[in-house]
Amino acid sequence: MASDIKILTDKINIPGIETFEVYRKNGGYAAVEKAIKKMSPDEIVEEVKKSGIRGRGGAGFPMGMKWSFLAKPEGIPRYLVCNGDESEPGTFKDHYLMKNIPHLLIEGMIVSSFALGANKSFIYVRGELMYVIRILEKAIEEAKNAGFLGKNILGSGYDLELVVQPGGGAYICGEETALLESLEGKRGNPRNKPPFPAIKGLYQSPTVVNNVESIATTSWIINHGGDEYAKLGIGRSTGTKLISASGHVKKPGVYEIELGLPVEEFIYSDQYLGGIREGHQLKAVVAGGSSVPILPANLIMKTANGEPRLMSYESLSDGGFATGTMLGSGGFIAMDETTCIVRNTWNFSRFYHHESCGQCSPCREGTGWMEKVLHKIEHGHGKMSDIDLLVDVAKRIEGNTICPLGDAAAWPVGSAIRHFRDEFEWHITHPHEATQKGAVFMNKSILV
Amino acid sequence: MEATQLIKVTVDGKTVEVPVGTTIMEAARMIGPEVAPPAMCYYKPLKGSGGKCRACLVKVAQGSEKDPRPMPKLVASCITQAQDGMVVENFSNPDVVNARKGIVEFLLINHPLDCPVCDQAGECHLQDFAFEHGLGTTRYDDERRTFEPEDIGDKIQLNKNRCILCYRCVYTAEQITDSRVHGVMYRGDHAEISTYISKAIENDFSGNVIDVCPVGALTDKTYRFKSRVWFSKPADAHCNCDKCSGKVNLWYKGDEVIRVTARKNQWGEVEDFICNDCRYEKKKTSDWVIEGPTKIPRHSVISANKYAANTIKKPEFAMDFAAHNFKEIDDNRDYNKSLEEIKKSGDYKNLMNKNKALLSK
Ligand SMILES: Cc1cc2nc3c(=O)[nH]c(=O)nc-3n(C[C@H](O)[C@H](O)[C@H](O)COP(=O)(O)O)c2cc1C
Ligand code: SF4
Ligand code: SF4
Ligand code: FES
Repeated sequence: MASDIKILTDKINIPGIETFEVYRKNGGYAAVEKAIKKMSPDEIVEEVKKSGIRGRGGAGFPMGMKWSFLAKPEGIPRYLVCNGDESEPGTFKDHYLMKNIPHLLIEGMIVSSFALGANKSFIYVRGELMYVIRILEKAIEEAKNAGFLGKNILGSGYDLELVVQPGGGAYICGEETALLESLEGKRGNPRNKPPFPAIKGLYQSPTVVNNVESIATTSWIINHGGDEYAKLGIGRSTGTKLISASGHVKKPGVYEIELGLPVEEFIYSDQYLGGIREGHQLKAVVAGGSSVPILPANLIMKTANGEPRLMSYESLSDGGFATGTMLGSGGFIAMDETTCIVRNTWNFSRFYHHESCGQCSPCREGTGWMEKVLHKIEHGHGKMSDIDLLVDVAKRIEGNTICPLGDAAAWPVGSAIRHFRDEFEWHITHPHEATQKGAVFMNKSILV
Repeated sequence: MEATQLIKVTVDGKTVEVPVGTTIMEAARMIGPEVAPPAMCYYKPLKGSGGKCRACLVKVAQGSEKDPRPMPKLVASCITQAQDGMVVENFSNPDVVNARKGIVEFLLINHPLDCPVCDQAGECHLQDFAFEHGLGTTRYDDERRTFEPEDIGDKIQLNKNRCILCYRCVYTAEQITDSRVHGVMYRGDHAEISTYISKAIENDFSGNVIDVCPVGALTDKTYRFKSRVWFSKPADAHCNCDKCSGKVNLWYKGDEVIRVTARKNQWGEVEDFICNDCRYEKKKTSDWVIEGPTKIPRHSVISANKYAANTIKKPEFAMDFAAHNFKEIDDNRDYNKSLEEIKKSGDYKNLMNKNKALLSK
């Protein structure tokens, strides 16, 4: 089903596209003109609803619906906040967009802010990406000089100030409410929900938080109409999606795919990843960033019913957590048979242990506990009972925490044990072999 | 005046009418202690508290009369507002009890069970929480995090080894003292409560952090190790204070006032925060107008075996649960035999030999 449709990356290779001049010459900012001159905010929201686009930050919540939940009390400002934190291991698509085609995001921010009635909007970017922040700031300056930002945009009477905010460099600051706390200058601890940001967000005012890719898509939706967008993709997974692919594939990188593309085609066709590196075979895939459940090669290609697995929200989650996973943020990590699942799980677990904000007891204590048990198994000091202990601790975290980081920490552990239990057992029963350099267990054959 | 709109909430089969906006926790407390969820971080007088420890998780079996769908996950009752017709399962739902057991286990990872030496023993909410859920251990067998003692002034002892990061003291510092110098540093299980570069906490109301701390992480240096709580007798007293309400509990050991604290309600929450002068400086009976003996709250060990009427009744479900789930103990290990028989056993002989070897060293 390979399709060549590109709506976010079609212009990304044009030399100089990061400058206002080249971007504008190639049709840029047409959506701002159309939106501000010809459409009412409600009409824009309607188009976004029609497009069926689901948020690209991970949870996949319908964007138009989120926008329509925004409270509009008199006399209180509303905010649009763009989430450019992007710290999920395996996910690097927003970085790619912001760095290469910053005006696409800024154009989207103007259209979206106008639709939501926001006069001050923020782009929150991970602090380590200082050079991206500078690129965005330069682009904002250019757009402002051209009259697309600032006071009285295109003579419409609409004002918009756009601020780029460097984040503290903590994964948790990507969680929307922690991000808002951080923007307010506080420690990035997630807030309890409700109230949701749409009612009480930044500075207690109604706020929409959207991912970079989500916001960058709005220009295309305005230019071509929501219905056109909805024609792309499959089922409730409309449009295209950026996938950041890494791991043991021939051509890692960021790809724009039309949702509904078969996973097999994505991995093996030359248009995309070009297959697994020479002489090796696929062992497992993490399809949507480190937090989603890992799937073994057979289940990523086909669902438990034997149907081809597609790159879509529904198809990837087919089978629930028993045999499915999630599209998440689109961080596709492929692992061949040289990957030790135990080591990989420990590694993910180390990340969540390090990044838990430490507010709620199950996540604060549970992530550290899992990490330590996994460390022991990986280093040849595990006990057989540790495997069930891990499953149990993961279950006790899952669903019981303030924010989804707890789930994100629990799922990789639970799923790795579900699908690769014999590998954990082998580590425990063969501590000496398992700790040798390069030791990997697969299908009863051991590679050292 | 418009009448307050009332909504009906049912917790573990008991229904109560509460004003709109009431949380599940507060509704349950109105029904009574037999259905009220435990709380380790929620503290009604402190704005913004709650939602962190997850000790109060409950199952919402019916969202409301209008929308009877159950909530998919367990919710923190202390921060979730009740809806009209909501049906909540608390002690009556095994999933809830199990999730709470999980919380006890998580909290005990970094909270030692050093009750015999901890000054909070008998007044520790975690001790009660663990006791109520039949758990005194955790399966965690790695090294615990430990901290060097940190000096935060001459009146308050901080023992971070016992801190469960409930944030109550942070809210107290934020809300009732004028210069906040302490808070939480770092993330995850490295998170620590601390002061700004080991600064002393010394503003007029700082002593209240001791009262809100649910465990023995913050204790009163002027009282530590003078007595155990169950050897002391509390009395209600007041004084004319220009800084605070002056309403306190005096804790007597014999004729001596060994400690002054703010008064707490049956949920262990302070009613009126008190100033440091009242807490630390007025330790003579003559400083106070005595009102009479304190009515002992259900949480206190002081009530054990004395105030039968005050103690918490075990809900019926618990009895049923126990009857169905616990079999008669079928244990024929050595220690159940008579002493003579034990003496003959190999285990006993081995033990004795070991002891001998040890003693002769
Ligand atoms: C721990 C954690 C980290 C997150 N990090 C990001 C992130 O870096 N970028 C992002 O867009 N969303 C992130 N999210 C999801 C956001 O909370 C939020 O759902 C999203 O920004 C909404 O945008 P969308 O509706 O456009 O997807 C994170 C969520 C969690 C729980
Ligand atoms: S789940 Fe983890 S990251 Fe989220 S609020 Fe709780 S402790 Fe913080
Ligand atoms: S010191 Fe006490 S009150 Fe403060 S966070 Fe720790 S346990 Fe809670
Ligand atoms: S008391 Fe409700 S979460 Fe702590």
